[in-house]
Amino acid sequence: MTSSTDVSAVPADEPLDQAQITREIEEIAATARPGEAQPLLDYPPYRSSLLRHPTKALCPADPEAAELVAPVFGHSDVAPVEADLTIQGTGDPIGERMVVTGQVLDGEGRPVRGQLVEIWQANAAGRYMHKRDQHPAPLDPHFAGTGRCLTDDEGRYRFVTVKPGPYPWRNHHNAWRPAHIHFSLFGTDFTERLVTQMYFPGDPLFPLDPIYQSITDPRARDRLLATYDHGLSEHEWQLGYRWDIVLTGNTSTPMERADA
Amino acid sequence: MPDLEPTPGQTVGPFFGFALPYPGDSRLVPPGSAGAIRLHGTVYDGAGGPIPDALVEIRQADASGVVPRVEGSIARDGVFTGWGRAATDPGGRYVFTTIEPGPERDGEAAFFAVTVFARGLLDRLSTRAYLPSPALDADPFLAGLPEDRRATLVAVRDDGGLRFDIHLQGDEETVFLSYPPRS
Ligand SMILES: [Fe+2]
Repeated sequence: MTSSTDVSAVPADEPLDQAQITREIEEIAATARPGEAQPLLDYPPYRSSLLRHPTKALCPADPEAAELVAPVFGHSDVAPVEADLTIQGTGDPIGERMVVTGQVLDGEGRPVRGQLVEIWQANAAGRYMHKRDQHPAPLDPHFAGTGRCLTDDEGRYRFVTVKPGPYPWRNHHNAWRPAHIHFSLFGTDFTERLVTQMYFPGDPLFPLDPIYQSITDPRARDRLLATYDHGLSEHEWQLGYRWDIVLTGNTSTPMERADA
Repeated sequence: MPDLEPTPGQTVGPFFGFALPYPGDSRLVPPGSAGAIRLHGTVYDGAGGPIPDALVEIRQADASGVVPRVEGSIARDGVFTGWGRAATDPGGRYVFTTIEPGPERDGEAAFFAVTVFARGLLDRLSTRAYLPSPALDADPFLAGLPEDRRATLVAVRDDGGLRFDIHLQGDEETVFLSYPPRS
């Protein structure tokens, strides 16, 4: 495995700190290929990626058979109430109530209609309703943090939820993820399958986060930011965010950094 | 309409387990029904360790080679939809109950389209699990691969099913695919 960033440079007895991770992020950014549209899979600042990325180039394939047809979902699969994450408990969840909506498009700008969108997120305190999330922030009995919906005829999805909080993780000492909502999307071809994360504008944690920074092109990174849309906010009720999604499938992404 | 720039992927992370799996997700057909097999395997990292927080999805044709375009993958009320999802267990293992896909045309190679997600994997990976068959020798895509890597795309017949291990990295690294931009 070749890598420009020598992760063994940190002595094992010293906690890995943010300064070291930030240095690695900056080194990779300085040599990254401009216009890289996808995250680098070989991205040492995200320590869990070290043994979990392929080292060989992706093999170009012409989509065939099942790859050409996305799965179909319908109203037998998804109930409309699943799009409202604030009504899953017996009371109101704590946090900033918000609506997040946008259009799912293919690379030519055509709406992806009637397709499944799934989301999951931490609560307003940054805690997931998941047994593996044990950090000392409160669970919210009124917030599970999962939702589903189908896109409409214009490819639009719409969820009502509360704004998730940032949360700590164990990549390095004092590591924090910027607030985000996980999104799972299907296109019209199975090759367009996408799982990603939506972020909120202006988060001070962006430069520090190796997951977000694994997308080395700033313009590509920006495509994961929702925008605040006052037209979606509702008087004395909720704030509005808009985030459009473009699914083009995985198109010949080089696996190695320019210097690797 | 000009070509739009794609939305980048991000890792599925460690906490998808309470959101993406659902009852029946990996059961494309009822266990024990006619033609039902187990498609199963282990997802490995580059040190040969199992990955307990991976998610595998498959898309496939029915026995006659037709890819279903019907809803019901979440409802699972007896309709074969040709799509399924399986999270790995603590041993890195996944299991689908399904049927063997037929080829689009007689004599051609048939495969499951496979997508892999995991904590630590920054974007999803795509691959194919081919059914073992003499047709593989004549398949133009497989013929174009280095010979020593071809076997990583072929499922192995075992008791009651097909085994397809996935190696994200290492000597046995699975061949992962990219697709040309759609026209
Ligand atoms: Fe998260």
